[in-house]
Amino acid sequence: MEYPDNLRYTKTHEWVLLENDGIVTVGITDYAQDALGDVVFVELPDVGEQVDAGEGIAAVESVKTASDIYAPVSGEIVEVNIDLNDQPELLNTEPYGGGWIFRIKPDNPADVEKLLEAPAYQEFAESQ
Amino acid sequence: MAPFAGYDMPIQYTSISAEHLAVREAAGMFDVSHMGEFWIRGAQALEFLQYLTPNDVSKLKVGRAQYSMLPNAEGGLVDDVYVYRTGEQEYLMVVNAANVEKDWAHVQALAGGYAVELENASEDWALIAVQGPKAAEKLQTLCNTDLSATRKNDTFVAEVAGKAARLARTGYTGEDGFEVFIAPADAEAVWQALLEAGVTPCGLGARDTLRLEAGLPLYGHELTDETSPLCTSLAWVVKTHKDFYGKAAMLARSCERRLVGLVLEQGIPREGYKVFAGGEEAGYVTSGTLSPLSRKGIALAYVDAAHAAVDTPLQVEIRGKLYAGKVSKLPFAPLG
Repeated sequence: MEYPDNLRYTKTHEWVLLENDGIVTVGITDYAQDALGDVVFVELPDVGEQVDAGEGIAAVESVKTASDIYAPVSGEIVEVNIDLNDQPELLNTEPYGGGWIFRIKPDNPADVEKLLEAPAYQEFAESQ
Repeated sequence: MAPFAGYDMPIQYTSISAEHLAVREAAGMFDVSHMGEFWIRGAQALEFLQYLTPNDVSKLKVGRAQYSMLPNAEGGLVDDVYVYRTGEQEYLMVVNAANVEKDWAHVQALAGGYAVELENASEDWALIAVQGPKAAEKLQTLCNTDLSATRKNDTFVAEVAGKAARLARTGYTGEDGFEVFIAPADAEAVWQALLEAGVTPCGLGARDTLRLEAGLPLYGHELTDETSPLCTSLAWVVKTHKDFYGKAAMLARSCERRLVGLVLEQGIPREGYKVFAGGEEAGYVTSGTLSPLSRKGIALAYVDAAHAAVDTPLQVEIRGKLYAGKVSKLPFAPLG
């Protein structure tokens, strides 16, 4: 399992990357994709939607189960990964790359710093 | 690993879809040692089983097996079971793992007055189900009996990988295959031999998607203490020309809802989701998944009898939105 050091993490298994333009990109972690198994459908949020931290705004379906994806920070959805409509398996094959799910313009970029760093998330995930 | 009926069981070894397709296209194996086994022996074993179960046990010849059920006094089900006739006055009943204690109490309670001996042998057997169109071919390489001379629902003793076994040409996937009963001490050697013969290990996840695609109900989901088998695709099991425990109560009930198959155009139905017909709530999903074969969402659901005909348009509510689908014939896919 890989947990890149440049990302922040949530206890609901999302990863978060604060980009240079102040936008955050969100996906699910290697641990999450492995636990879900073959991802077959991703329900994306709507661009322009205002979301609150901790709110369920997207969903990932595997053969096994359905799982909600939560907004890691409050803000506005500015982009969603439409490639996932045709290739939901990108969540399994490239969880930290082509498998990103949505981008949020955070109300407060400093909120990202409150999220877990890689070693703390790894310890949390491996204790599950 | 996941807890299941008190056992630690693998959901998947590699991937549910890959394991599922291995069984549909070649051969896979499941460790189902957690299933329960009861011996029923004695001069009145047949009479007792005729009373205990709704299928016609008098039709069961030595060396043959029969799907059946344990009805309760209210016309619902204590469990669904398989009955194997292993001798003139000897039968083996295989029951669901989660129900072993409940079933054993039920069977003992009804046995009063019958000349039968009951034995709970659930700890005496390991059970490996080898399933798929190549199951017979793979198993034959390890087995001293000519499997091509056997047919569906046959049961017989043989050696598998040099170990004493009881085989039955039965399963729970909609495919051809065998269930192999062996001593727990031999289970690892037989599993390893099957692995070396090219049989794919499969977990609980694929077991569930396979049985669902085959339209086979699962106790605790489609079948419960409250549901009548007469409102499901299993009504054929209930033979009304004979008497059995709970018969009058079962026949007195009507089917306000019926168990049907549903196929969605998009989206994946899951257990507990609501079913709608033209905006009105009309039932609920008991099991659902993505069919690894058709790549569509499929479900078993109880729906109002008025909406139970094949091809009736219905909708399933998924995360607050209605997804269109229709009632499907069962099994969902043409199977081997």
